[in-house]
Amino acid sequence: MSENETRDAGFDEWLDAAEEDEAYYLECPNGHGSLPPRQVCPDCGATDLEEVPLPGTGEVRTFTVTHVPTPAFEEDAPYATAVASFGPVRLTGQIAGIDLGDVETGLEVEIEVTVSETTGERVLALTPV
Amino acid sequence: MSDVRVAGVGLTPFGNTPERTSRDLFAEASITAFDDSGVSRDDVDALLYGNFMGELAEHQGHHGPLMAEAAGIQAPATRYESACASSGTAVRDAVMRIRNGEDDVVLVGGAERMTNLGTAGATDALAIAADDLWEVRAGMTFPGAYALMAQAYFDEFDGEREDLAHIAVKNHENALNNDKAQYQSAIDVDDVLEAPPVSEPLGLYDACPISDGAAAVVLTSEEYAEEHDLEAPVAITGTGQGGDRMALHDREYLARSPAAREAGTEAYTDAGIDAADVDLAEVHDCFTIAEVLALEALDLFPIGEGISAARDGRTTADGDLPVNLSGGLKAKGHPVGATGASQIAEVAKLLSGDHPNSEFVADATTGLAHNAGGTVASATVHVLEEVSE
Ligand SMILES: [Zn+2]
Repeated sequence: MSENETRDAGFDEWLDAAEEDEAYYLECPNGHGSLPPRQVCPDCGATDLEEVPLPGTGEVRTFTVTHVPTPAFEEDAPYATAVASFGPVRLTGQIAGIDLGDVETGLEVEIEVTVSETTGERVLALTPV
Repeated sequence: MSDVRVAGVGLTPFGNTPERTSRDLFAEASITAFDDSGVSRDDVDALLYGNFMGELAEHQGHHGPLMAEAAGIQAPATRYESACASSGTAVRDAVMRIRNGEDDVVLVGGAERMTNLGTAGATDALAIAADDLWEVRAGMTFPGAYALMAQAYFDEFDGEREDLAHIAVKNHENALNNDKAQYQSAIDVDDVLEAPPVSEPLGLYDACPISDGAAAVVLTSEEYAEEHDLEAPVAITGTGQGGDRMALHDREYLARSPAAREAGTEAYTDAGIDAADVDLAEVHDCFTIAEVLALEALDLFPIGEGISAARDGRTTADGDLPVNLSGGLKAKGHPVGATGASQIAEVAKLLSGDHPNSEFVADATTGLAHNAGGTVASATVHVLEEVSE
């Protein structure tokens, strides 16, 4: 992220933590998981949310290989995007560290923070375990 | 409670007119709708107007009064933004205003100018219908989101790209004699399968085009229609709206659309009908897979069976439930803010016998319009019925 840009409170702190292998989710007293920035559990309305470590590995539930990107990923295409489940939460991330043809549903992944080849911005990535 | 009549409808051609402003497009659609309705502009109580990307495409906010002025009406005007479901949402509110007696005549519609942004710019603009922090910044595009759903569907139900291709072929076929459609050209299954990939498993012909266009509909109360002796043979008898979590990854089932199911169930109940009573449907096929998910969410086909409906000839023009006789978003085009209102216009014309494809549904009395926003975090469904005199 460029130095002079305003950060997105909650989200950028989460990426900072993920870079230190300390990714977390927010858990309400009823066990619902969600992602920051968040003050209210979207499932039940509870407001006492606690940061809980995200499981170290997740599983790809679906994926796509994108050939026509937004301008922010022009130099990155083609790339794979996946939805992966980590315990009670699911995340959308860009697959890294594996040939595009080898991405499949069920793949075990862990969270990594990479940067866009186009913009240098941080990207939530998923790499095979 | 008053019944709501469709008094007049107007559409611009949908397509590639980058130089035309949305105010110009909407003016044209409104003129056609007023001419068709026989309603005086002086009688309009409100304009409800759908638009999604006006800030990005035209550096223009505050569309309500701008569009009232463009349409030549002196009435309060409000813009509705629910991504691709913007004007479907506007239609729903217009129906409720007339039903509760607040308004007698509402002009409802929408417009979108998109092609001036180019493919990259429009891809960027469409992506903002998703969660910017958690989806877009990971590289998810709008086609990418539907590709994620398509892959999830294939994994769960054994469909394949060729099944989806039959949907694109069908919708192109339906648009052949729709002179407002962006594509009036036939394609075959091989064309779809061999098209360049956009976001696998979806290719160029699985996706709706980037389109400019506008739609306008004049809705009135039944009493107003009778007092003014309007020819308004179609009523909106059911309305429903559903919602869901913003991000696709927060859905329990990635290949289902509960918001559309919620909207459909509410609309059927409101109209006092069942899914089995539907004679024709315009559904939100922004991508081929979206038509499948819509047919299943609306209970028109069982879960896991919507994918073969086009291939088996069930939803083709001569099938037992024609779907997207207008050509759908796929071939008619998808000027985002205009789409929901345009579906109402198409269904009304199909039911009243004024549509180029009305011959395929000569006995139809009940039609459905399904409009969806984002990865279906927003959905509206309307039931339209021919009024028996
Ligand atoms: Zn909760």
